[in-house]
Amino acid sequence: MAEFINQWGDAIWQGFIQTMQMTVISLVLSVLVGIPLGVSLILTRKGGQAENPGLYAVLNAIINVIRSIPFIILLFLILPVTKLIAGTTIGVQGVIFPLVVSCAPYVARLMESAMLEVDHGVIEAYQSMGISTTKIVWYVIIREARSPMILGLTIAAIGLIGETAMAGLVGAGGLGDLAYQFGYTRFQPDVMYAVIIVLIVIVQIIQSLGNAFARGLKKN
Amino acid sequence: MIDIQHVSKTFITGKNKVEALKDVSLKVNKGEIFGVIGYSGAGKSTLIRCVNLLEHPTSGKVLVDGTDILKLNRAGLRKLRRKIGMIFQGYNLLETANVYDNVAIPLKLEGVPKKEIKARADKYLRIVGLTDRSKAYPSQLSGGQKQRVAIARALAHEPEVLLSDEATSALDPTTTDSILELLLKVNRELGITIFLITHELNVIQRICDRVAVMEQGRIVEAGTVVDVFTQPKKQLTRQFVRNESNFKIPDEIYKDLLKTGELVSLTFLGESAKDPALATLARKFEVLPSIIAGGIDQLKDQSIGNLLVHLKGETGQIHDAVAYLKAQNIIVEKVTG
Ligand SMILES: Nc1ncnc2c1ncn2[C@@H]1O[C@H](COP(=O)(O)OP(=O)(O)OP(=O)(O)O)[C@@H](O)[C@H]1O
Ligand SMILES: [Mg+2]
Repeated sequence: MAEFINQWGDAIWQGFIQTMQMTVISLVLSVLVGIPLGVSLILTRKGGQAENPGLYAVLNAIINVIRSIPFIILLFLILPVTKLIAGTTIGVQGVIFPLVVSCAPYVARLMESAMLEVDHGVIEAYQSMGISTTKIVWYVIIREARSPMILGLTIAAIGLIGETAMAGLVGAGGLGDLAYQFGYTRFQPDVMYAVIIVLIVIVQIIQSLGNAFARGLKKN
Repeated sequence: MIDIQHVSKTFITGKNKVEALKDVSLKVNKGEIFGVIGYSGAGKSTLIRCVNLLEHPTSGKVLVDGTDILKLNRAGLRKLRRKIGMIFQGYNLLETANVYDNVAIPLKLEGVPKKEIKARADKYLRIVGLTDRSKAYPSQLSGGQKQRVAIARALAHEPEVLLSDEATSALDPTTTDSILELLLKVNRELGITIFLITHELNVIQRICDRVAVMEQGRIVEAGTVVDVFTQPKKQLTRQFVRNESNFKIPDEIYKDLLKTGELVSLTFLGESAKDPALATLARKFEVLPSIIAGGIDQLKDQSIGNLLVHLKGETGQIHDAVAYLKAQNIIVEKVTG
């Protein structure tokens, strides 16, 4: 055991750091894109506060198209754009952009469905008090939906961890890559098992934190 | 205060057209409690929602305090809406905010100064009797308490008008009474005009000054509550009013009674209740009155007595007796079945 840790500890630690980097940065960027996108969806949809069927249809289509492309394919499909935006297509830096492209629409959907759960009556009550739509979005819709939104983000984060495993293909490293390189290519299953255990622990922790946080925000 | 003129509203969903309001006109005076009653789907909610433009009329005019609200721009509409409070059947509180915040947040969003927010929230929570629950969350409150929070939230804007869309419809009778009591207090002590809609006659009876009866998008009858109660003109109104005071007599008994005379329903109100009219009747005419059933309806400012009376005697005598009763300001109606 001690020997195993001596030999592989550093590699696993490094993989862990890379995975966390990719996940956290992509998640933050995806949230920055996904929440406004989700808000746009609920506002422009039929019966929304800024009903706009055309815009809604466009946004909806874009999200659906991106979401139907598997990440591994998307990764290669948008290589030229990645190069343009990130300056490189390899390493952690090169994989953030495709991760965000893949994750942001997912986040938008999760946020949309969380926000759709907000009782329309409450929104109407605030409209009847002469409160602007912008404030209603922030102080009523997002506030009321924050618990399911956190749960949605938890799901997105866990999904991202899975996608980062494929990022290894463009040399971004990370735990998934480690498991693949050593466990599969070089046939050292013990490394693979160790990585799997680390991944399980990470996912468990994220889910538990997400659940606890969501419960804390729920207030009922 | 509220002047609705020839308002129509047609909903179009796909190929379906629903005419929810058809040329509705009514006026709500400053300081009164005006109620609209009607069955489900009559268009009551649509009507009340036209007053703060949660629903836009297809045609017609709505004046609030003299302002043509359909001509307002966004900012103007927001300002107007702050003068009009609204409460709902479903309370519509923030589940994630406690009682105090439910009252305070809208004020904050309107830009009311901090100190003022605290003062107002405290004041109106006291008025609705919820000071000691201010840290509780809506999920920890009963329906009646939630409606009180909603009322405090509406009052905290210090509106001139309060709109109520079935505010008591989800509550049990006792809680309904206490909320009606509160609305009456709001009307009397704060001078707030109340425009409410309901399908419960009890609500109209207890607190309204005037009432309109609605059916299929039209107002079929309107007037003071006393008039509409004592002399309902339309079939629908009778249905509503009689639901409360109608005495159901078994057919058998009814047939027996008709063999020996006539059945009349007498409605007494105010002064006419004081004289012993029936006793006098027996003396003056060859008619023997016997009371089959009776009851009293308590309206906001007066009570209405109802008696179902059997008049035994000859047709001519009965006729004279009825004329006498009518002369005593008693509303007499022949009961035929
Ligand atoms: N947004 C809408 N779209 C389409 N039809 C509507 C809409 N709102 C109301 N209606 C229709 O308009 C009619 C009147 O509805 P409204 O809600 O005003 O009735 P109501 O008298 O308030 O009934 P209830 O007592 O059930 O609340 C109904 O036939 C209803 O189906
Ligand atoms: Mg309704």
